[in-house]
Amino acid sequence: MGDDLSALAHLHDPIRRSLYEFVTNRGTDVDRGEAAEAAGISRTLAAFHLDKLVEAGLLECRFKSPVKKGPGSGRPAKVYRRAAGERLVSLPPRDYAGLASVLADAVDLLGGEEQAEKAARAAGARIGTRSRPRHMLKVLEERGYEPYVEGEEIRLRNCPFHRLAEEHPVLVCSMNLALCQGLLEGLDDDPNRARMAPRPRECCVVFLNK
Amino acid sequence: MHLAELNIAHLRAPIDAPELLAFVDGLQPINELADRAPGFVWRLKEDPNDPRATVQHVYGDHILVNFSIWESLESLWDFVYKTHHLEFLRRRREWFHRMAEPYFVMWWIPEGHIPSLAEAMDRLERLKARGPTPAAFTYKDSYSAEEAANWEAAEAARSATAPTG
Repeated sequence: MGDDLSALAHLHDPIRRSLYEFVTNRGTDVDRGEAAEAAGISRTLAAFHLDKLVEAGLLECRFKSPVKKGPGSGRPAKVYRRAAGERLVSLPPRDYAGLASVLADAVDLLGGEEQAEKAARAAGARIGTRSRPRHMLKVLEERGYEPYVEGEEIRLRNCPFHRLAEEHPVLVCSMNLALCQGLLEGLDDDPNRARMAPRPRECCVVFLNK
Repeated sequence: MHLAELNIAHLRAPIDAPELLAFVDGLQPINELADRAPGFVWRLKEDPNDPRATVQHVYGDHILVNFSIWESLESLWDFVYKTHHLEFLRRRREWFHRMAEPYFVMWWIPEGHIPSLAEAMDRLERLKARGPTPAAFTYKDSYSAEEAANWEAAEAARSATAPTG
């Protein structure tokens, strides 16, 4: 808990926050030059802040071998990506994840997947109806899915239910799809824009981009 | 070390019944997806020339058996839950009965070794009897190849020094 709080405190600084967001939005390794350019700061300053974010456990870094080999090819470049693991701060302490896990076990025992999907769709519709932004992409961003456009599709870099999905993949992915279809309904959009298209290290739901 | 996995399913109807047609139609594409998946090593096939032929065995009527070998826990996970196979899993209630007992088990094996189906079934029995151990485990309680090797060495030492009679 204390660790998470001090880690997240590193994002209070606007420069660090913009660097962190740039790296996580890219979804691939980012080098110092790219990050510096994106944040509009010098390479040295970017390196300093990026390394601070690594120290705080928010980013991970590794050395990427230069393309050219042999003398004169220079040092391997340091590249950054989002660290695995989650940070959650809740004051006073609350443990919704623990309860969600138990509830998912209960749904399993009851064979209640279909009802769980129905409930998820209704919840999604409520969220969509009340949502101030009426644009799907905005809503997905707000809800932490980290959407990005890929050709005809909008894919989601982050699964907000990742840890639970690792325990109950079929149930959680199905509920997430139902929730997304509900969201679309609530936004007066076409629920069939959302479908299942799993891919490693990403959310399993994709949206038709139109 | 490689990872072996066995899972069984109780069919709701005989495999050639019309209500299972969608399932049988999916066998070929899904099996081809598995065969091409990163980290796939081997799977038990009834007939190398007939992708729709399910494995014949002596473990009861209407029991469907999947038995395969993978390079790692991640590669098997990515195939099962991170490909089109997930869609197939989501429809499992249409074709299979709910199982009250464990129906999926994994264990570590030396590379190049192919266990018998009898051993695989035995691993599932072990999971039922003792719960997850490094010799028979699930994703919820998984063990690394290293943990399994250490555990087996300790088991062997224990049984060697165990008093007999």
